[in-house]
Amino acid sequence: MSSADPAAGATRATDDRHQALLEDLTTRLGDAVIGSHIRNGDLWVRVRRADWLRTAQECRAMSFDYFCYLSGIDWLPHTWPNPKVIEAPGVVDSEGTDDGADASPQEAEAAFETDEPASGEIVTGYGGGDTRFQVLARLYSTIRHIGVTLKADLDDSAPTIQTWTGEYPGADWCERETYEMYGFHFEGHPNLIKLYLPGEFEGFPLRKDFPLLAREVKPWPGLVDVELFPAAYEEAQAAAEEGA
Amino acid sequence: MAVADQQRISYIASQAADIRLNVELQTEEMTLNLGPQHPATHGTLRIIARLDGEQVVKADVVCGYMHRGYEKLTEVRTYPQITTLINRIDWLSSFANEVPFILAAEDLMEVEAPPRAQWIRTLFFELSRIANITLFIGEMGVQLGAITPVFFAFRDREYVLNLIESATGGRFHPNFDRIGGIKDDLPKGWIAETKDAMRRIRGYCDELEDLLMGNEIFEARTRGVGVIPADVGLSYGLSGANIRASGVDWDLRRDAPSPLAWKELDWKVWTHPDGDSFARYWVRLQETREATHMVDQILDGLPSGPIQAKVPRIIKVPAGEAWAHTENPLGEMGYYIVSQGGLGPFRVKIRSASFHNVSITPWLLKGVYVPDIITILSSLYFILGDIDR
Repeated sequence: MSSADPAAGATRATDDRHQALLEDLTTRLGDAVIGSHIRNGDLWVRVRRADWLRTAQECRAMSFDYFCYLSGIDWLPHTWPNPKVIEAPGVVDSEGTDDGADASPQEAEAAFETDEPASGEIVTGYGGGDTRFQVLARLYSTIRHIGVTLKADLDDSAPTIQTWTGEYPGADWCERETYEMYGFHFEGHPNLIKLYLPGEFEGFPLRKDFPLLAREVKPWPGLVDVELFPAAYEEAQAAAEEGA
Repeated sequence: MAVADQQRISYIASQAADIRLNVELQTEEMTLNLGPQHPATHGTLRIIARLDGEQVVKADVVCGYMHRGYEKLTEVRTYPQITTLINRIDWLSSFANEVPFILAAEDLMEVEAPPRAQWIRTLFFELSRIANITLFIGEMGVQLGAITPVFFAFRDREYVLNLIESATGGRFHPNFDRIGGIKDDLPKGWIAETKDAMRRIRGYCDELEDLLMGNEIFEARTRGVGVIPADVGLSYGLSGANIRASGVDWDLRRDAPSPLAWKELDWKVWTHPDGDSFARYWVRLQETREATHMVDQILDGLPSGPIQAKVPRIIKVPAGEAWAHTENPLGEMGYYIVSQGGLGPFRVKIRSASFHNVSITPWLLKGVYVPDIITILSSLYFILGDIDR
């Protein structure tokens, strides 16, 4: 291993670094920072939409030289049928043991229901959010070896935000991809055309209300065919044999 | 008249002559369409180049011929099903694709794989690096008209693929990584075979160094061609060997906190100051050799113990967001997982290396000559599945 090893050390130590970075960002951006989160050696910062470009400029000045990615997120809950295997006994939550035979079907059902958001309700992630659409980007400093995930809320009816292509030319393709997949408009982008999809394609595929036709036709493979536990499988087999 | 004035006048005169020459040779621009099917594209990438004579004025890259919509498909699959899917992103180093995804999911579940599993993960990670880059090292020669290296590449890569197959069951798509550990332990007799294969790969690297590095044609075609300055490369999101060839001493295996075993091995991050096609080739060749030494060290230091942590049979990831990235053969690969506590993720953003490595080509190809398009694209080394996802 070479001598330059700045990030060596436990994850706990990096939390102080992220705290310092957050304070630095807040000082530079002022009240543009409207939400933040630090978890497990990583930092999330949500900024005001109007300050999106200024955030990039400030980050650039703070030695964030590496453009990692830019993308979008649609917080609308899934609209396609999302069947759950609540019939299968022995499903336990992530803290439980893997001994499936102990759990009753009711417990299994509860395990699935606990932290799933209620249907139709928008639940946003770290840093919070007030709108359905968010744009998110990640920057990294190859000098300080620290990264930050930046988010900004978008107007749901007219999702528009400033382009980053002037600061980070690598944002060019990412913004084109986000434009075709989510329908976000990037103000000032020099060439905002579709990247992957054919020009005549209609709709925005990564929006949650865009149906995945393959799943509509045949719900396989996917969330529906989660394997049954051996005991439940044998029961199902026996029931099938009896029926036959 | 002072000497300085004379020099200035002769300089202006030579400039004027150049301008006249250019005016005389003013040609009509033409469009050259490269691809989608083209020997130098490893798949289906199309480049529309506006040419002035032999020089590229403007190059547009058209991708998406292989777009499979993985980010959408992940939303209807469970976590164990997704590893099968993301195997196909960079198909030459499939195992390396699985690792960051599993790490992100483990981060959210707060599960950590036992040390032996981490070491075996590192082992297969480096083996897939070797399997991936050996092909590049040979294939770069074929783009320049040297046929021999590519045959050597396919011959020697097979040793590594056989090793991966004998341990995981999958020659190309192992699907071997699991949340909380790995699928199986190593088979009997495998370690000795692997050491032998690593010796062969080192021999292959030496052979290629003899065949290409000293070759006059190879040097003339690659030295000083397609130069990427470090700051431009970074702002385009270039990573991996492409940015290390521009003199940036940055390797996530060393610089990012990772549960994998890289920190416990003795190895070196190779960089090259030039930033041209030759530097990118040279850095990858050194990295392959370094990876064989890393595999040897892993085999010597492999800890004993379990290979799987205790996780529930049906994987349910708690709500949260996690980002995990690793230094894949092609560059930085990362997954941003948003979970809302279900059997599958709510959203997965796949940050693949080739997408960003290729996004610099419109800038890079400006002003180069037509034959250099091929060497530059080849030296950037991308996999189409890694661009289109």
